[in-house]
Amino acid sequence: MTVFTCILFVFLIVCAVAASLSRSLLNTVLIFMSYSLVMSVIWVILESPDLAVTEAAVGAGVTTVLFVLTLKKIHAIMGADAAEKEAENELEYRRRRNS
Amino acid sequence: MSRKVPKEQYEKTISYRLKSWLEGSRDLYLGNLEMRPQSPRQEDEGTRRRHQEDKKRVRARVYDTEHNREMLLFKKIYRIFSLLFCVFLVSMLLIGVADLPPFGEADKPVNNEVPQRYIEKGLQETGAVNIVTGMILDYRAFDTLGESHVLFIATCTVLILLRADGKEGERGEEAEMNDRAYEPKNDVILQTAARLLVPFIIIFGIYIILCGHLGPGGGFSGGAVIGAGLILYVSAFGFARAERFFTGATYKWMSFGALACYCLSKTYSFYTGANHIESVIPLGTPGAILSSGLILLLNICVGVVVAGTMYTFYVMFRKGGY
Repeated sequence: MTVFTCILFVFLIVCAVAASLSRSLLNTVLIFMSYSLVMSVIWVILESPDLAVTEAAVGAGVTTVLFVLTLKKIHAIMGADAAEKEAENELEYRRRRNS
Repeated sequence: MSRKVPKEQYEKTISYRLKSWLEGSRDLYLGNLEMRPQSPRQEDEGTRRRHQEDKKRVRARVYDTEHNREMLLFKKIYRIFSLLFCVFLVSMLLIGVADLPPFGEADKPVNNEVPQRYIEKGLQETGAVNIVTGMILDYRAFDTLGESHVLFIATCTVLILLRADGKEGERGEEAEMNDRAYEPKNDVILQTAARLLVPFIIIFGIYIILCGHLGPGGGFSGGAVIGAGLILYVSAFGFARAERFFTGATYKWMSFGALACYCLSKTYSFYTGANHIESVIPLGTPGAILSSGLILLLNICVGVVVAGTMYTFYVMFRKGGY
């Protein structure tokens, strides 16, 4: 096993753990996408290039797009205004709880 | 399906009557039985407030989350058990992986006469240079047919679940507004990138499909690449331009044609005595693009189904209809 493969495997594990620990759903989806990309490189190293092509197209491309679309549909991705409002509400709530 | 039916028509059905009887909105005894007239239930402000306070007190005492010992204990046990379950699952998986034979070893149990035959006679019998394609589209073509149908059924399910209902006119406008709420229309960067990339992506996908029996690739991966290219196109230029060449009817006929073609070209083995290895179609010279019998045709069929499915998923998730 070369150093390059080791680096890829470590990155894979880090991605897997980070995807499950990440708070923001959008971040999770993006981490998952990078996981798929690294996985496709590993498929090439394991000498199965047809799997690599499929992994890159389905895992990193289509699945991510569908995840992001779903997040948009359920309003989990907020615009800048909505995020600001949310933060203000949070601050207000904390202030009230402390007083 | 979530088709809308007029209310009068629905009220005549058995299911409506059963539902109204179950819910109690239709009283069977009303009008048939003589009843004492009832006075409507009266409740003044004081009693209602008392009731509410009672409820609040009960809730505070029973579900007191900070001092309820059983609940705290349950939470602790729950955490411990979830941790234990995680550890158990991970260790089982690790043990399973550790029992796998080393990568690339010659005398492992899967290395029996079946792959040996595939490797030795695959080129003669299927004519495909890429043994994997020869396996999945010739020896085991029925499995691949099943996979294509699984994809088709998945699209049908997505269609049933996500299809936006309503009349055509109002639905279109509303969906368009919903759709564009978060995305800028006519994004210059995206459009320029898409104009450069989409032709290459689609041509690459076609190449992967057509050369599936000569090198790495095949119907599924090529179809996925084409589907991704179509998704990029539609997210850059909008549905109006994509609908000039790809509508719901296009998808319907595309997948129907591809699946029917696959079925017809693979059922010949039924007529030749369930021996679908021997084929009347000449295999051609291995390595040429028009070789290996039906594999090229089957690859194209699978690719068409997969590309349409990917695109339809995207459209359904985004707008709920073409």
